[in-house]
Amino acid sequence: MVSALDRKALRDLLRLWAQVLAIGGVLACGVMVLVLGSGTRASLEASRAAYYERQRFAEIFADATRVPETLLPEIAAIPGVARLSPSIRTSAVIDLPGVSEPVSADVRSLPVSGRDPVLNAPLLRAGRMPDPLHPDEVALYAPFAEARGLMPGDRLSAVIEGQRRSLTVTGHVLSPEYIYTIGPGSMMPDDARFGVLWIGQDAAAAATDMNGAFNSLALQLARDAVAPAVISALDRLLAPYGGTGAHDRSDQISHAFLQSELEQLGAMALILPPIFLTVSAFLVNMVLSRLIALERAQIGLLKAVGYTTGAIATHYLKLAAGIALIGTVVGWGAGWYLGAAMTRMYADFFRLPWLIYAPSAWPFVLSALLALLTTLSGAGRAVWASVRLPPAVAMSPPAPPVYRRGLIDGLGAWAHLQQTTMMILRAITRWPGRAAVTVFGVAASVSVLIASFFTYDAIDLMVDEIFTRANRQNVTLILASARNESALDDARALPGVIRAEGAFVLPVRLRNANREELSSLTAHPEHSELSRLIDDKGRQVQLPDHGLVLPEGLAGKLGLAPGDMVTVEALAPPRETWAVPLTATIRQTLGQDAHIAAPALFGLMRQTPQVNQINLQVDATQMDALNAAVKSTPAIAGIADWTRTRSQFTATIEENLSISTVIYSALGMLITLGVVYNAARIRLSERVHELASLRVLGFSRGEVAWVLVGELMLLTLIGLPVGWAGGYGFAALVVQGFSTDVVALPLVVNRQTFAYASLIVLATALAAALVVRRRLDRIDIVQALKARD
Amino acid sequence: MSTPVLRTEDITRIYRTGAVEVQALRGVTMELSEGEMVVLLGASGSGKSTLLNILGALDLPTSGRVFFRDTELTRATDRELTRFRREHVGFVFQFYNLMPALTARENVGLVTEISEDPMRPEEALERVGLGHRLDHFPAELSGGEQQRVAIARAIAKRPELLLCDEPTGALDSATGISVLEALCEVNRDLGTATALITHNAGIQAIAHRVIHIADGQIAREEINATRLDPKDITW
Ligand SMILES: Nc1ncnc2c1ncn2[C@@H]1O[C@H](COP(=O)(O)OP(=O)(O)O)[C@@H](O)[C@H]1O
Ligand SMILES: [Mg+2]
Repeated sequence: MVSALDRKALRDLLRLWAQVLAIGGVLACGVMVLVLGSGTRASLEASRAAYYERQRFAEIFADATRVPETLLPEIAAIPGVARLSPSIRTSAVIDLPGVSEPVSADVRSLPVSGRDPVLNAPLLRAGRMPDPLHPDEVALYAPFAEARGLMPGDRLSAVIEGQRRSLTVTGHVLSPEYIYTIGPGSMMPDDARFGVLWIGQDAAAAATDMNGAFNSLALQLARDAVAPAVISALDRLLAPYGGTGAHDRSDQISHAFLQSELEQLGAMALILPPIFLTVSAFLVNMVLSRLIALERAQIGLLKAVGYTTGAIATHYLKLAAGIALIGTVVGWGAGWYLGAAMTRMYADFFRLPWLIYAPSAWPFVLSALLALLTTLSGAGRAVWASVRLPPAVAMSPPAPPVYRRGLIDGLGAWAHLQQTTMMILRAITRWPGRAAVTVFGVAASVSVLIASFFTYDAIDLMVDEIFTRANRQNVTLILASARNESALDDARALPGVIRAEGAFVLPVRLRNANREELSSLTAHPEHSELSRLIDDKGRQVQLPDHGLVLPEGLAGKLGLAPGDMVTVEALAPPRETWAVPLTATIRQTLGQDAHIAAPALFGLMRQTPQVNQINLQVDATQMDALNAAVKSTPAIAGIADWTRTRSQFTATIEENLSISTVIYSALGMLITLGVVYNAARIRLSERVHELASLRVLGFSRGEVAWVLVGELMLLTLIGLPVGWAGGYGFAALVVQGFSTDVVALPLVVNRQTFAYASLIVLATALAAALVVRRRLDRIDIVQALKARD
Repeated sequence: MSTPVLRTEDITRIYRTGAVEVQALRGVTMELSEGEMVVLLGASGSGKSTLLNILGALDLPTSGRVFFRDTELTRATDRELTRFRREHVGFVFQFYNLMPALTARENVGLVTEISEDPMRPEEALERVGLGHRLDHFPAELSGGEQQRVAIARAIAKRPELLLCDEPTGALDSATGISVLEALCEVNRDLGTATALITHNAGIQAIAHRVIHIADGQIAREEINATRLDPKDITW
């Protein structure tokens, strides 16, 4: 049987439903974000782990020019190497009938045995794997095949290492190496323009002249292996064969992208919930303090009839727990539902063969505990203060609040404020704690909104920086091998080309004492007009005549400051090592590449200037002709279309952002709603006598309402600038949490963003206050005057 | 009717609010015997409520001693006082002090749930003539009915002491009399020692004994040779 006291608790919850829901809603947001963020993350991690496990995703990756198979026993003997899987890797340009734009692909070899590779085994989704005895058979990366409608049995023509080959599609596959797939020189996955081909080892060897050799190696480590030691040993072995530097999963593009996305989800699960929980704690405190004040006499009675202090405290704590329960259940539900939706969204974006929606139990348990802890700690003080009262005191009505003369009165007299306005000011100064809660809540709302909206500002800036200021080329050609500068003249002869500038990109390892990072060094030609170096303020950076320019993040990781010497090891011909001074660092939004002036680099190389990429400014109407020309030029290994990248980039980002913006706006508005609604209800209950008296004295409904609504709107106005500051700080946190090795979000908050956030919060606060005003309008004056508190 | 249930020895009570001191009781020695009905009569502010609160262990005297049978309440811990109230005392207040969120039955249940050998809430409510109002909330009951629920709540635990602070203070005469009748019945049928505060002199006629309180002291005591039935008193 439910005890009478528990029944009272239940009925109190029902009676206060609007206030309970308002708090529960805020609490639910915190719970939801926690469950959603960590649930999605756990699901993606579980899906990825299962995929990696089943397809034996490697731990160490290394590429080289040409390594004889006879070196394999020596590699296998490196301490810590458990399994190894050599393969041949190259690239191809694919020629599809009726498709003018260039399509490129990675080419990966499959073992001669016809069995799955030891590591990084592709996963068959349709059809069958190629027969190793049929050099013309190919399995396609499934998203590419689907984007191009290439079914098993279809044929396609590809140029591999300069030779045109006709291939028959046998099946569609996915691969743990290509969960996130971007083509060379590209920034976004583009399934229609970049694919992966798996062909038999013999066919690959024949095409690349790699009989008895390989150029790509994947390793799996023994349990007790020390990865850096294995990497160094491997690098030493591969160096004579053109090794470009072995690396672990953190430098494997697909893994790195997925990983940074997972970390962002983790950041979201950490940054937001504390705000909602704190606000809820204050709200619970506010509402329970008021409830307990109203129920003083009931508390006294409970004591009089022999309830212990503990039993009474428990009763009120149960109320708080009830709010926690509501918040938790709603938050769990929303988190579960949105988590599944979000996981599906990610699964669309990342090519995982299956999805294990496996939110682990701990976020649920943790969020429930946090919610409970939040409401209990919010309730704690109020409950403690009141149950401590001796019963006889509790039975007598509380003394009327003591107002004191102070600054406010001087202000009132000086400014000739109306008495109703004075009532507002006195109430605020008399209960500064409660006013502070309202201000804090409003500020929290504004902060959440700013932190959500500012991402648009940041992205706008980023897009402008990347596509308008830094990369003004609309096409980048990637050459199959380095050429001297005469290649530029050939490029200028291509159809539609208005301007052509070369660039030379070299894979390097940067070292400072015992710290090292793999990077890519770009040599910029003098007077470059197309591809320029831009700092985070949008200014063009003039490359110094000599020395290196590094992004701040990379310099930081290496522990370098301008003036220090850096060891630069070229991982492609000429494979030399130079000591170069770091002349400057820049803040860069995207990418972690090192930069150097072309003359400086070729000075170090003691060679005539070379290019391996060509940036083009092209007449847009001539793109088809250009594409056709590129396709028939074997010297061009790939082509990056910046115009297309830009539209894809913005489309993807906007799609992802619009969902989260809607969610965060709702969250932000909920805080204001919860805070202002509760503050208004409490004020109304406290002042119902006073307000009814005003009506008796002949004040109009509007004038009386002003006392209530005016106070809340004044507090809201005070909260706005606090929220601006908070929002900026919060945006800085988001920038930190969301910036990865790949992208550094710039910290910019536009004026419109401040304005929108403020307007939304003001409107929400006004709506909440007006809902309570309607209650005020309906109050029966006579009843209100008679009723004892 | 001779064994004292409750006894005070020279109790005083001083209230301190800020710098102001109010001496509400100035040395009160009295006792309450089994089955007795005592009326405490005095002007407003004379210290009646203060005395009753101390008798019911809702409050402690500033000096002096209070005994419940052989137990000295003035030396008891908070926990022991709570148990004393829970097991032995029933309170009735001027403003009923019902829990608005609970029905009549539940308000009584509030007490029976934590008592050892209580009546069923229905029985207690029937005793005060409210058997037909079990599931009404306080807001749906008249003042007299609410006070009778409060009495039912006070007697449901079969207390040895019933302490009533102006139980009819907020009621008109007809309702007030029905409430007094309920109290007299309980006193008679259950033998509960009852102390009843009032400033309505007419009510003293229903008591075995009347204690006049003035200015925090007992002014005089008198024993009623004949008691009147509540319906015969002059209001
Ligand atoms: N909690 C209190 N704080 C301060 N003074 C009190 C308090 N309770 C009662 N008093 C004062 O003690 C005196 C006696 O009060 P009370 O016992 O309530 O009288 P009665 O019940 O006879 O009207 C009064 O002067 C009253 O103002
Ligand atoms: Mg009194």
